[in-house]
Amino acid sequence: MSHLEISNLRVRFPTDDGVVRVTNGVDLDIEEGENLGLIGESGSGKTVLGMAIVRLLPGDAKIEGTIRFNGRDLLSLNEAEMRSIRGREIVMILQNPTNSLNPVLTIGSQIEEAVRLHSELDKERAKKKVVELLEEVGIRSAARRAKEYPHQFSGGMKERAMIAMALASDPSLIIADEPTKGLDVTIKRRVVKLIKEVTKTKSMLFITHDLGSAAEICDRIAVMYAGEILEIAGTEDLLNDPLHPYTKGFLDSLPSRGLKPIPGMGPSLIDLPSGCKFHPRCDRAMKLCKREDPPMIQKENGRRVRCFQYA
Amino acid sequence: MLEYIARRTLLIIPALLFVSIISFSMVYLAPGDPAEILLTSPEGTPSPAAVEAFRVRMGLDQPIYVQYLRWLNNILHGDFGYSYMSERPVFDAIFKSFKATLKLSIVSMFISVIVSIPLGILAAIKHNSATDDLCRLGALVGVSIPNFWQAFLLILLFSIYLDWLPVAGYGDGGDLRHMILPAITLGTSSAAVTTRLMRSSMLEALSQDYIITARAKGLSEKVVVGKHALKNALIPVVTMLGLNLGFLLNGAVVTEWIFGWPGIGGLVVDSIYQRDYTMIQGSILFIAVIFVTLNLIVDISYTYLDPRIRYEAKD
Repeated sequence: MSHLEISNLRVRFPTDDGVVRVTNGVDLDIEEGENLGLIGESGSGKTVLGMAIVRLLPGDAKIEGTIRFNGRDLLSLNEAEMRSIRGREIVMILQNPTNSLNPVLTIGSQIEEAVRLHSELDKERAKKKVVELLEEVGIRSAARRAKEYPHQFSGGMKERAMIAMALASDPSLIIADEPTKGLDVTIKRRVVKLIKEVTKTKSMLFITHDLGSAAEICDRIAVMYAGEILEIAGTEDLLNDPLHPYTKGFLDSLPSRGLKPIPGMGPSLIDLPSGCKFHPRCDRAMKLCKREDPPMIQKENGRRVRCFQYA
Repeated sequence: MLEYIARRTLLIIPALLFVSIISFSMVYLAPGDPAEILLTSPEGTPSPAAVEAFRVRMGLDQPIYVQYLRWLNNILHGDFGYSYMSERPVFDAIFKSFKATLKLSIVSMFISVIVSIPLGILAAIKHNSATDDLCRLGALVGVSIPNFWQAFLLILLFSIYLDWLPVAGYGDGGDLRHMILPAITLGTSSAAVTTRLMRSSMLEALSQDYIITARAKGLSEKVVVGKHALKNALIPVVTMLGLNLGFLLNGAVVTEWIFGWPGIGGLVVDSIYQRDYTMIQGSILFIAVIFVTLNLIVDISYTYLDPRIRYEAKD
């Protein structure tokens, strides 16, 4: 049994302009202690997938499929049952810490809330634990800093505070949504190191469009495009020998590999192309690609790729 | 923090000086001579000699700046002077009226707050539902209905048909039975405006990312709304409540008049009619002091609600 097992997950949002199909039959699994990277461009459905797992999507979202966490289907739980898992066993680190921290509460009290909610510690011990957590994520003079407000923290420190908050309940699964976004290179490197360290004994879904960070942290990487997983492989395999044309294009578009952009734009999620979602931008597309949805094809090393070339 | 409060308090002084100059000179710009008005009796106009004597006695023959400085000096020594009309100390009259207004303001403020804050929150969390529509409709009616009209409706219903409450009057030193109707009248429009502001401010707060963070922690909706959202949403509401209280304390003339409530608004209007200079000047300055002090309190409470302001002030 995998730690987290997502199968055939579909999330749709009805809007005035039509139904937005954000994820279209996603299958993913995370093993105990594994760090799985989820990469893709903006608008590919990564964040929605993360939010769907902890069931924090807005009420008008239509969710189908199953999300099994330690064998329990999260989508069938009621809100009270879900609350006992959310924040305790599965924790989500939201993107953009500046907006994700409450501006009128101190950093310490926001972390303390998470500590006390999921443990029996009294106020004093909880405060001590907050300081320990802040120290663990590398914040100096933590006792004093705990009494400060988010606007007194730098971007990197806010991200660290978010990580400390996530660790408060000692969760077994962390979903981190773009935790390195907007940080400058040196700080990003340190945050990545920190995340790698604190998730050693935990499972993690690491959502990012920063392949460099994903490569450093993740055991496996899944590539998402237009709400579908196009390829999953071990990090080494994916970086050295990408199979899917989109993955190849994604890698080639990185500054370190020549900065060659993929022609065209990501499709509208309201009016998705027929067949393979990537075929309009694919230089190796065949007639078949336009007509039929390619199946997920199993390759060696547990790799999977959604492309007719490998059929 | 203390420095911020001290600086804000010091800023009050020029503001009050300015108000005192304006209020002092304004009455001289208005037509009509208090000596003539006071001395005019049913038998006819007073003799010029009597008018002149009155002016000398009251110091009205002096140049205006001399009068102003003398008045200011007296006020700084706690002497607001005597009313031209009743010849009683101005301060006593102001204080008595203010007490009546204060009582009424506090009760109507209380009514307004206990109605508007919960309704605003309810409308926001039940956004776009029938409950929300009902709250919005109620708020719209509350804002739209004129005070005097609402006062008459209340009197008709509760005093005349049902005969539960007195029609008007101050009663036994402003007892609760006499206070209910004017307090509801004054509280309604304030409650309506506050409900709308609370609703929109709450909606704004609930749409922020930190609310998702709070939910992601596993907090119950009660804590998410009542702590994380409310603390942010209250910031603009507190400002408005403070200003509202300021307006109420300055005397809601129309409502006080209808209910025969001897408040400070009526005092000012009466003394303007009578050209009771000392009373006008004294009460306007008094009202200004109240207003400015209240603003200061709002500003200080603001820094407690919003830490970002507290620290900006430090720089």
